[in-house]
Amino acid sequence: MSLNTLFGEKKEAAVKISLESIGEYPEAPISLGTTLSNFTGDWRTFIPVVDDNKCVKCYICWKFCPEPAIYIREDGYVGIDYDYCKGCGICANECPTDAITMEKEEK
Amino acid sequence: MTEYKPIRKVVSGNYAAAYAAKHARVQVVAAYPITPQTSIIEKIAEFIANGEVENLQYVPVESEHSAMAACIGASATGARAFTATSAQGLALMHEMLHWAAGARLPIVMVDVNRAMAPPWSVWDDQTDSLAQRDTGWMQFYAENNQEVYDGVIMAFKVAETVNVPAMIVESAFILSHTYDVVEMIPQELVDEFLPPRKPLYTLTDFDNPISVGALATPNDYYEFRYKLAKAHEEAVKVIKDVGNEFGEMFGRDYSEMIEKEHIDDADFVFMGMGSLMGTVKEAVELLRKEGYKIGYAKVRWFRPFPKEELREIASKVNGIAVLDRNFSFGQEGILFNEAKGVLYSAKSKPVMKNYIVGLGGRDFTVDDVRKIAEDMKKVIEKGEPDVEVDWYHLKR
Repeated sequence: MSLNTLFGEKKEAAVKISLESIGEYPEAPISLGTTLSNFTGDWRTFIPVVDDNKCVKCYICWKFCPEPAIYIREDGYVGIDYDYCKGCGICANECPTDAITMEKEEK
Repeated sequence: MTEYKPIRKVVSGNYAAAYAAKHARVQVVAAYPITPQTSIIEKIAEFIANGEVENLQYVPVESEHSAMAACIGASATGARAFTATSAQGLALMHEMLHWAAGARLPIVMVDVNRAMAPPWSVWDDQTDSLAQRDTGWMQFYAENNQEVYDGVIMAFKVAETVNVPAMIVESAFILSHTYDVVEMIPQELVDEFLPPRKPLYTLTDFDNPISVGALATPNDYYEFRYKLAKAHEEAVKVIKDVGNEFGEMFGRDYSEMIEKEHIDDADFVFMGMGSLMGTVKEAVELLRKEGYKIGYAKVRWFRPFPKEELREIASKVNGIAVLDRNFSFGQEGILFNEAKGVLYSAKSKPVMKNYIVGLGGRDFTVDDVRKIAEDMKKVIEKGEPDVEVDWYHLKR
């Protein structure tokens, strides 16, 4: 993924934070970083998959994505940032050409 | 240290609270009026109107829930925040109390103990504050107006050391509206005792943005609860140190979380919290002259609970009469219940009896203490109470 609507190049620096012992925890429950280090994509069960052959580049999915985890690729088609996509399925529901399907994700 | 020359003022408990907040240089006050608390925030508004305070933002809000929410926001920016409430107002704040403690914000609040309705009442009763027991707030019960003043100033220091909010509790009318001499501390000495707050985090550090109150999954929530539990444990030591320092600077020592007298020479002691212990202290001295071998244990801090101090007292006496101006329905007096819990693992277990007194402002007098002392004498002789919970004032 070369282009991301949320973070652009900053995305490359994203590191997921995992606290392993009580000493690593901050005293108060504050975030230890921005969304860059707090991926929300691992909450999902279903994953949207885009079929470029059916996509008409209307970008309705891009407008509706609440995260937003859908970005526009350099070739004009849409891509999905799976680090943040929560698998809500709104994009698949809204797509007028059924180019997006929700598939059960294997973890 | 500058020489301490107290400023003596004749004030109500509520004015004592307002002056203490002023002297603690609070930066944000957000509050909503409710009897019998209102004169605290009225007095603070007066300080602002008269130009007697600098750098104090007063936020009038539409409810107590919003008052605490505003204090939380202010405290999260690093400000010293203060509010006051009573009874139904405190109950409406309940959700926000968890937020303040969970986010580890050292807000200080005065709760003027008032009976919960219905039936409607505006008089003294501790059930409002004790119903907030598990919110993670520290609780200090004041016996008199002086302790309201001292309590607020000390509470800020303790709260800001352990990053846990604190509630200073005073009695409706008996303290809140009754005038008494209070020794106030000159501003420069309060400043020496209570330096500006050093916050754990601040929302206004824009180079290092954080979010507060974000989601913690089952993988992380548990550890934050442990941190808050440990902070309360640490507070036990901090309270003693701060109480000792206060004593050295201003002559009134608060290093004991349970103020006690005649413990080494008492057959049994009266235990309770708040203004009713003023009556008990007076009565104990009178009754001792009549030959009663009694003492008293006034619980100042209910949270964190002074477990070790109570076990120490219990090891020296044969009985404890617990006076509760509160009640947990389906159970018993709340202090009685807590004390029994603490003493279960003690080596020495005195005979205990619970007297439910003074609910909804019912008068509790020296004569009542005498009657309870006579009753308690029989309990000790018998080695067990006739009834565990005695609705002492009941019209039978």
